Amino acid sequence: MNIIAKWYYRLGAPNWFYPLTGKMLPWIAVIFLALLIPGLYMGLFTAPADYQQGDSFRIMYVHVPAAWMSMFIYFAMAVAAVVALVWRVRMAEIMIISSAPIGASFALIALITGSLWGKPMWGAWWVWDARLTSELILLFIYLGIFALYNAIENKQTAGRAMSILTLVGVVNLPIIHYSVVWWNTLHQAATVSKFDTPSIHIDMLIPLLLMAAAFQFLYLWILLLKMRANLLEQDLHCGWVKKIIWDRRKAHNGGN
Amino acid sequence: MHYQAKQLSCKRGRKTLFSELSFELQAGQLLLIEGHNGAGKTSLLKLLTGLRMPEAGEILWQSRSIHDAHNDFRSKLSWLGHQNPLKDEQSALENLHTLSSFRPRNSISLTDALQEVKLGHAKHAQVKTFSAGMKRRLSLASLLVANTQLWILDEPQAALDKDGVALYESLAKQHLENDGMIVMTSHHPLNLPADRVQRLALGV
Amino acid sequence: MSSLWSLIRRDLLLAYRRRGEVGNALIFFGLVVLLFPIGIGASETLLAQIAPGLIWIAALLATLMSLDSLFKEDYQDGTLEQWTLSPHSLVAFVWARLISHWLITALPLVAVAPVLALTLNLPADAIGVLLLSLLLGTPVLMFVGAIGVALTTGLQKSSLLLPLLVLPFYIPVLIFGASAVEVSASGWSAAGQLYILAGLFVLGLTLAPFAVASALKVSVSQ
Repeated sequence: MNIIAKWYYRLGAPNWFYPLTGKMLPWIAVIFLALLIPGLYMGLFTAPADYQQGDSFRIMYVHVPAAWMSMFIYFAMAVAAVVALVWRVRMAEIMIISSAPIGASFALIALITGSLWGKPMWGAWWVWDARLTSELILLFIYLGIFALYNAIENKQTAGRAMSILTLVGVVNLPIIHYSVVWWNTLHQAATVSKFDTPSIHIDMLIPLLLMAAAFQFLYLWILLLKMRANLLEQDLHCGWVKKIIWDRRKAHNGGN
Repeated sequence: MHYQAKQLSCKRGRKTLFSELSFELQAGQLLLIEGHNGAGKTSLLKLLTGLRMPEAGEILWQSRSIHDAHNDFRSKLSWLGHQNPLKDEQSALENLHTLSSFRPRNSISLTDALQEVKLGHAKHAQVKTFSAGMKRRLSLASLLVANTQLWILDEPQAALDKDGVALYESLAKQHLENDGMIVMTSHHPLNLPADRVQRLALGV
Repeated sequence: MSSLWSLIRRDLLLAYRRRGEVGNALIFFGLVVLLFPIGIGASETLLAQIAPGLIWIAALLATLMSLDSLFKEDYQDGTLEQWTLSPHSLVAFVWARLISHWLITALPLVAVAPVLALTLNLPADAIGVLLLSLLLGTPVLMFVGAIGVALTTGLQKSSLLLPLLVLPFYIPVLIFGASAVEVSASGWSAAGQLYILAGLFVLGLTLAPFAVASALKVSVSQ
């Protein structure tokens, strides 16, 4: 309990969060690259080509992890929204607003790669497939959260409004997803979705998991960068930011 | 009775409106908040009602935080913003009835309260026929029918004519003499016994 | 409960005294329906085919437009602050306001929908299901939309924000509402779709008011 309380207060304190994450950032970047490079290499070269789809299926190694991330980030935001609303932790709000554009970007990547993948498969850039449609709706929900936050001048209010909207979204997302799947089976000849990978070969699975892990670290990396930037921006006139600037300046002058 | 603010600070956007603001108010006292437009008077009042959370600091009612003891605090509070919470299409009496339902009632009848603010003749008239001063007096009537100790009022004298201002002052004086408390903002000089009035200047 | 009823009565009375505004959503509904044959072409078979989705989209947009003013006046004149600080529950206020708003704006929409459906050549057999689906669906649209309204109500520039926030959450209602009418127009049973709409109805009416109330508290605090 004590340890949790201690961490809770420390993570809530920007003057502690900022230098700690500053030390973590390069390591996270290294881990990201260490996962990305073998993942990409295996995915693009050593994994066998699909017997039906040939080499074009290799875009899956970007598409699937990006789609996973777009959902994972939303659920992470929803958890942060509960923390922000119940315990009024400002850092949780900063985490949400820093995550929203990243989640939206992953959703966009999933949509673009899905569309690129769809062209050779379906002969069309866009097909109203259940997963692509859900992903598109998710993108709009991300954009809504982002737009709401930016529309509200008072950032304290904006943070709470955004947390409420995030939670409303997490309740609705499963309903939306299942209704879209249902709609899709109703309106289209029920072909098996091209993105389904029911029994995946182990040589395909390993690069996929590597890429998924790499994307997790990519998210963490960008998230921390964005959180630090948002913190600096919001606390521009606070003591701890002034101290950082002052220390930097001193170090810089000393270096000369 | 005891109402206290400790080390309050408040920001709008990145601009700090005020910081480390403290005061203490006892029964029978009035706090007059002064300052130019945009100094944060309304923001401060909203903090004091509990509608808004302060950036830092706390507000105590009977030595308990108003957010912890919010049911007790709210039952003692009458708040009136600079707008009049009135519906144009309803009569004075209907409006007062709605407003009175928001707070614990005392024994004064709605009609008597309207009489008191010189609106007895217009109690069945729709509010859209009222002048700005009459609307303000109607809003003030809602203070008379509530059994609350603390009044927090944003520009209570706005739009009132000379008689209206005198009327408000007599209501305020009566409330203070009954051991009530008032926190208010004003652009007008306030004619009340000096020993009951504390002043707080913002934005200087 | 009695205070809930008196609130609904007050809102209805207010709406009656300013009845000029009440018809606007209805006119909007009719106009949107009018746009489709003009834009797509007046072929009767084509219209009959798309009529279920078209009426549902028009009803959805009309409901959304009517929501914009839901809390605006109470926010601007300070009534909302009085509610927040009163011992009454804000959830009850939201309930009362939404029920009266539904009675004032959505019920007339539901009532004229059959007439518009006939102009679009929707088979007469499907009219009953259309009415039922709208009766179940429009309250959900209203209650879920109110969350967005509550979040944006204190903002000066919020005109396009509301649809952006709310429309994604309208998709399930649209899917099942339009589908119910569509299958019944093809002569099948729409019971499944209507059950799901009823489920969304129960879910929306019980959960959404809490989200609306907490969003209103946030809006009042700025």
